[in-house]
Amino acid sequence: MTAPGPVLRSLVDPFHPHPYRVVARRRETSDTVTLRLCPATDPYLPGSPGQFMMLTAFGIGEVPISLSRVPDRSGMLEHTIRAVGSVTRHLVALRPGDWVGVRGPFGTGWPLDLARGRDVLLVAGGLGFAPLRSALEAILERRQDYRRVTVLLGARTPSDVLYRQILPRWQRRNDVDLRVTVDRPDERWRGQVGVVPQLVSQVAPSFEPTETVAFICGPDVMMRFTVRELQRHGVSDDRIFLSLERNMQCGVGLCGHCQLGPFFLCKDGPVLPYSRLMPFYEVREL
Amino acid sequence: MARGSVVIESAHLRTLILTLQREGYQVIGPTVRDGSIVYAELSSDGDLPVGWTDEQEAGHYRLRRRDDQAVFGYAVGPHSWKRFLLPSPFVLWRARRTADGVLEETPPADAPRYAFLGVRSCDLHAIRVLDRIVLAGTAVDPIYAHRREQAFIVTVQCANFAPRTCFCVSMGTGPRATAGYDLALTELLEPGAHRFVVEIGSERGANLLAHVPHRPARAADLRAAEQAIARTATQMGRRLDTNGLKAALYANLEHPRWNDVAERCLTCGNCTMVCPTCFCFSVEDRTDLSGNVTERVRQFDVCFTTAFTYTAGTSHRHSARARYRQWVLHKLATWVDQFGTFGCVGCGRCITWCPVGIDITEEAAVLSSRRGAGAEDT
Ligand SMILES: Cc1cc2nc3c(=O)[nH]c(=O)nc-3n(C[C@H](O)[C@H](O)[C@H](O)COP(=O)(O)OP(=O)(O)OC[C@H]3O[C@@H](n4cnc5c(N)ncnc54)[C@H](O)[C@@H]3O)c2cc1C
Ligand code: SF4
Ligand code: SF4
Ligand code: FES
Repeated sequence: MTAPGPVLRSLVDPFHPHPYRVVARRRETSDTVTLRLCPATDPYLPGSPGQFMMLTAFGIGEVPISLSRVPDRSGMLEHTIRAVGSVTRHLVALRPGDWVGVRGPFGTGWPLDLARGRDVLLVAGGLGFAPLRSALEAILERRQDYRRVTVLLGARTPSDVLYRQILPRWQRRNDVDLRVTVDRPDERWRGQVGVVPQLVSQVAPSFEPTETVAFICGPDVMMRFTVRELQRHGVSDDRIFLSLERNMQCGVGLCGHCQLGPFFLCKDGPVLPYSRLMPFYEVREL
Repeated sequence: MARGSVVIESAHLRTLILTLQREGYQVIGPTVRDGSIVYAELSSDGDLPVGWTDEQEAGHYRLRRRDDQAVFGYAVGPHSWKRFLLPSPFVLWRARRTADGVLEETPPADAPRYAFLGVRSCDLHAIRVLDRIVLAGTAVDPIYAHRREQAFIVTVQCANFAPRTCFCVSMGTGPRATAGYDLALTELLEPGAHRFVVEIGSERGANLLAHVPHRPARAADLRAAEQAIARTATQMGRRLDTNGLKAALYANLEHPRWNDVAERCLTCGNCTMVCPTCFCFSVEDRTDLSGNVTERVRQFDVCFTTAFTYTAGTSHRHSARARYRQWVLHKLATWVDQFGTFGCVGCGRCITWCPVGIDITEEAAVLSSRRGAGAEDT
């Protein structure tokens, strides 16, 4: 096969989206859906866990959305999107057959290489589970490469927990310790109540702090508290990775919007070790 | 200087412009418009600001008549070359939704071939700074790349005016341009001998000169040119100590002076708009009335708005303090880590065009002072 035209075009013009079509839509929570997107032409956009795409809703705009699963062999993408504003509302309302523009993949992924041979701790708050799901799947695919695998999930209410259909499958595995907590339980909730950082202490005895790599994604407050907890249990700052969110207009280091101190979070991030982030992340409004 | 220098009489500046036009260049240069010297397309040398100079101070700009016929006897104005290299607004692409759902795209028009006449040394450095960002990063901006590759650059060495808000000497960016141009003119205003010493910086430049009457430069011409530029250097109105500047700013992120500036700063963003290196943009998708044709438009954006850092529900930089801090920190500290150079070339535009006269050299001096940091610490 010859090199597909559109991919070449994206090298020449990084601003040009590739046409994709919605092939499936699954509702996750009241305001969140997962879309499966199939390339409408020949390009195969690759991607690794933790990276993101820029998704265009026709005539509305473009926003950064994480890969919730890495593209499969046919180039199929999966994105979990929460309706919070104009573009995401339109994306969430799309139906099978609808057009979506895709640019990417952009950014640093989760450092799975570093995690190999070590204990891995994934900590997600709310929608932060989307980018971590791709990491979890990659880890489970080569489970023997990792030592203990722990997943801590937090959500506001039981109905805000993502991926509830497949969650039990992961929970049943005895080679993964997956715990879920909610801020506000309903009458049917049997699980834990409280914020995610509290779960760190629960699982701390089971991992070896000096041999642990942690991936965190969620609201800033949740990430800050989780970092504190991990530090308290002896996980070192350069093994704690955060995925940060900023306004992004280009994804390729040209628009300037995503800056945090010296970092362009679209290319130096969104995933960065806390050791490098700390001097800037801890400064208010930087 | 590598390729030698020649002299052209002032009357042949016209020939130079005509030759560029004949070679297919759209010649952009300084011209007087609405009380300031801006860059626009020149139809002939008649459009140049002959006999004009500018008065610049913090928050102040005014044109004044000179008592000679100097063509380039003024400092830089509110425009910079980025407006041609990074056109704004610019349609990145256009798409149509058809009955069977297929999208058609309109390819962007060919890039114009520009000849920039009157590029000062600071602005040459600014273009080099932009090159590092938009040509040498992970992605190349094709819009800039096409314009930049083709651009013919005629530099004008700074002479015959007193630079008031400039500090290129501090930034190591001027006033003498030494590389990066096709031709560099130094204007000599001797009575009865109004002429330009022309340094040839490229083969393209040499070839162009074949069509412009000239004579070899004599030692006296070269000496006069060097003296004229040297005089500008001694008259710099501003200075900025860049020694340890980056580290000092990083150490002073909570300096009380940020609050002080925030009280004066109107967050209007004039400084970023006039700055020759500020490159930030945002995109907007527009549709026609039918909703079936959409285009993505890219436009310069400024980090002084709260919208700049808006992400669903919140802005990361609410306060004027945080937004001013982003600008100074970026120009003088984070830029160095990102691109290996300062984001400031000392052109002084942001000082002149700040409506309340905030002076980056003055603020940076205070903000990087250890004493200020100590005051906060204790
Ligand atoms: C790396 C990264 C990964 C992310 N991953 C996910 C994810 O997996 N799932 C998820 O749901 N969210 C994710 N987000 C957050 C998501 O990008 C934001 O929720 C989204 O940008 C909000 O856009 P909105 O238009 O819906 O909201 P608004 O609040 O209306 O707009 C927010 C921004 O969107 C842009 N925008 C709005 N309208 C237009 C327009 N007409 N043209 C151009 N731009 C426009 C503007 O930049 C605006 O500032 C991620 C963010 C980042 C940075
Ligand atoms: S920061 Fe000010 S002085 Fe420096 S290059 Fe920009 S406009 Fe010129
Ligand atoms: S100072 Fe502001 S507008 Fe200028 S390049 Fe930096 S972030 Fe962009
Ligand atoms: S999103 Fe444009 S520079 Fe990072």
